[in-house]
Amino acid sequence: MKWCSPIFINNEWHDSVSGKKFEVFNPANEEKICEVAEGDKADIDKAVKAARKAFELGSPWRTMDASERGRLLNKLADLVERDRLTLATMEAIDGGKLFSTAYLMDLGACIKTIRYCAGWADKIHGRTVPMDGNFFTFTRHEPVGVCGQIIPWNFPLVMFIWKIAPALCCGNTVVVKPAEQTPLSALYMGSLIKEAGFPPGVVNIVPGFGPTAGAAISHHMDIDKVSFTGSTEVGKLIKEAAGKTNLKRVTLELGGKSPNIIFADADLDEAVEFAHVGLFYHQGQCCIAGSRIFVEEPIYDEFVRRSIERAKKYTLGDPLSPGVQQGPQIDKEQFQKILDLIESGKKEGAKLECGGGPWGNKGYFIQPTVFSNVTDDMRIAKEEIFGPVQQIMKFKTIDEVIKRANNTTYGLAAAVFTKDIDKALTFAAALQAGTVWVNCYSALSAQCPFGGFKMSGNGRELGEYGLQEYTEVKTVTIKIPQKNS
Amino acid sequence: GSKIFINNEWHDAVSKKTFPTINPATGEVICQVAEGDKADVDKAVKAARAAFQLGSPWRRMDASHRGKLLNRLADLIERDRAYLAALETLDNGKPYSIAYLVDLDMVVKCLRYFAGWSDKFHGKTIPLDGDFFCYTRHEPVGVCGQIIPWNFPLLMQAWKLGPALATGNVVVMKVAEQTPLSALYVANLIKEAGFPPGVVNIIPGYGPTAGAAISAHMDVDKVAFTGSTEVGHLIKKAAAESNLKRVTLELGGKSPNIIMSDADMDWAVDQAHFALFFNQGQCCCAGSRTYVQEDIYNEFVERSVEKAKSRVVGNPFDFKTEQGPQVDEEQFKKILGYISTGKREGAKLLCGGNPAADRGYFVQPTVFGDVQDNMTIAREEIFGPVMQIMKFKTIEEIIERANNSKYGLAAAVFTKDIDKANYVSQALRAGTVWVNCYNVFGAQAPFGGYKASGNGRELGEYGLEAYLEVKNVTIKIPQKNS
Repeated sequence: MKWCSPIFINNEWHDSVSGKKFEVFNPANEEKICEVAEGDKADIDKAVKAARKAFELGSPWRTMDASERGRLLNKLADLVERDRLTLATMEAIDGGKLFSTAYLMDLGACIKTIRYCAGWADKIHGRTVPMDGNFFTFTRHEPVGVCGQIIPWNFPLVMFIWKIAPALCCGNTVVVKPAEQTPLSALYMGSLIKEAGFPPGVVNIVPGFGPTAGAAISHHMDIDKVSFTGSTEVGKLIKEAAGKTNLKRVTLELGGKSPNIIFADADLDEAVEFAHVGLFYHQGQCCIAGSRIFVEEPIYDEFVRRSIERAKKYTLGDPLSPGVQQGPQIDKEQFQKILDLIESGKKEGAKLECGGGPWGNKGYFIQPTVFSNVTDDMRIAKEEIFGPVQQIMKFKTIDEVIKRANNTTYGLAAAVFTKDIDKALTFAAALQAGTVWVNCYSALSAQCPFGGFKMSGNGRELGEYGLQEYTEVKTVTIKIPQKNS
Repeated sequence: GSKIFINNEWHDAVSKKTFPTINPATGEVICQVAEGDKADVDKAVKAARAAFQLGSPWRRMDASHRGKLLNRLADLIERDRAYLAALETLDNGKPYSIAYLVDLDMVVKCLRYFAGWSDKFHGKTIPLDGDFFCYTRHEPVGVCGQIIPWNFPLLMQAWKLGPALATGNVVVMKVAEQTPLSALYVANLIKEAGFPPGVVNIIPGYGPTAGAAISAHMDVDKVAFTGSTEVGHLIKKAAAESNLKRVTLELGGKSPNIIMSDADMDWAVDQAHFALFFNQGQCCCAGSRTYVQEDIYNEFVERSVEKAKSRVVGNPFDFKTEQGPQVDEEQFKKILGYISTGKREGAKLLCGGNPAADRGYFVQPTVFGDVQDNMTIAREEIFGPVMQIMKFKTIEEIIERANNSKYGLAAAVFTKDIDKANYVSQALRAGTVWVNCYNVFGAQAPFGGYKASGNGRELGEYGLEAYLEVKNVTIKIPQKNS
């Protein structure tokens, strides 16, 4: 293909200021899909200027009825529905995602999330406040301003929507940097955003690399807020940059090493299935992956046996082919990292039950891998693998497993499987994680706030809570002749 | 559909009776409509109760899907906008251009607004003393009886259905006997949108029969009524005497519109005219006591009379028409009665005062000057195109006079001064206070009355409260941690 996808600023398509381009690959066969304009600091500067202008007092976007913002978001959802097939195909080819999953799950979540946020647009309420003294006091919940949004490659379109939908419903303008591995669906959204009728400059999309375009965003003196989803390592860089420059507001959705705790009184079939999908979904490339499975001693052997059986039933292959259950990892770097961690598991004494190596001779495929007899000090029990590698550990008592589950700098998600109401509620309180699942895993929905304790992140996305990150509160206090209650 | 809508099907009245609905522009019968009575209300309540059972499709539906259905209903109303506006004009008499541009626009926006709330009204988790996990569920109230008026048939239907359905309730709605047609058409769209059978049931009929059956019903959990204060009393009484069903009421008003001498005169005259004459004067919140500060009184009156004289009264389907007929003969006669009382009690008739045509229920735009607060036309709700203009001197005086009413639905003040604006809006005992504007509505803003103008608020987030029943769930746990 000779086509090169350009940068989206002010509802127009631009080459990069430098003229540079970069290549985007299909991880199933390592072939080049196309080239994309490579945005850098100069392009971010252009985008920020456009976003700032669109945010000026008196602009179409600032003077628009809040309900109209909601209507535009609903229109965008209509267009995503219309082009669902195209977008799902892009996710599959660019992101190595199973087509059926992309179509049903990713696109389904995108549409619902846009519509959920559309509904909030004219329901963001300030307060009137009974202040001491003869004053009339109220708060305005204003948009924060120009928001830089840096999104990852594991759920390209879903993450794009999680970022822009709440930002736009609150009236902000955005500069989005999609991941260099997976820029295509985000850029396609540029054309839908224009078609839906968003004014120019409200959404700007600049593909590029982290150390250049991403860093330009986190350091920019005229960006009011940065929102990042990605690794904890880069999350720290972003928060540091924000602190060093203009104290821009920061929200971070980072990594995890989420514990999944299975008690002997759990429904074993359900527990095995949820634990399996909870780890292996999308080739293990989920921030919430249940990558430390703690199984109560009495059922440990049976649980391991069933988990191996479940992991073996896999067909790997091209994500576009029907009947394929696992696609490739996203790129060579991830591929190497995962294999390296698998080797460490073997070296450090975990028991390799199945898989344990690459698959096929083209593309970044790794066999579904299960380790048992994992102990907490092993690298595979501590570090985020982000691949199809399942760790199963044994535990005896409640107090012990609570301590072990919480013994991590991460805190994104956790789960407990038990029929006992007391145990369930004890774990709901005790686990240091932003989302705790009981007798399920990976249950997410636009209505629920999502985010991390500790180093899994700062702040929450989605739900009503997600609006707070995109709102700046202004208190207005007016002197009046006489206050009455 | 001019029958009764129950379980997504059309039924004749159990009694087989029908009643005529009239075109108020001509006095002619449009068609016959099934006349619902207690037996039909009983059927509808049974259907609604079944649709509300634990485990039913409606109870198990994702909250977000309820929102999707409401949005679909809004889409369908948008699709059939022209037809619905025509039905509205035919049955109610309001100018077609207004039905199309204003009523239908607000209907769609109201439904979409509440569609957005469906999956966003949250219970709480609560730090109760002791080793307990405590949370609240915000559950739907249940079977809601909704009795709607004839002045804004479609809009009042949307104001009732929006919050009730967003929160998961089921509805038995009695539409006004004067204007059943547009709401019954919407019933078809409710079915087309995909609402399960029994979720919405619509019964045309009369107040003393069908309406009373709803307010007295032992298996209706809540009644919402918009209409006259007189009937509001009856409904609250019936609710208390039967099963203590929850009650919300949107009743009458005699809203004060206060024009200070520093107001923008042109704008104030324009808005005061709109405040009274909109919808043929048939608004619960009509600014029917126009208080003008002494210094500007004469000029204000002169300009208001001029404006009233130029108001175009005629065939509501004509785009030039600003004012159509009153809704029926009863209202027509009542308004003419008030006009003659006004003259008799000494108010000065400055223009209008008579029927405006030989056919239909048209009344001339009428203005009374030198009105005193104790006159009948200054105290009672006329619900017609009859404007009362009074004079005042000071702020303290006008606040007292404005609040001296059993009503408290709306009020307005026109002034450029920030202190006056803040002081007066604080002081007025009214559910909505407009500053330098009038009749400004939005689905986002709560609306309702102080005192005898009603109980409770509709629209906005506040509008959800009346349709929710709060359940506290408290679970013993081994050890509570903050």
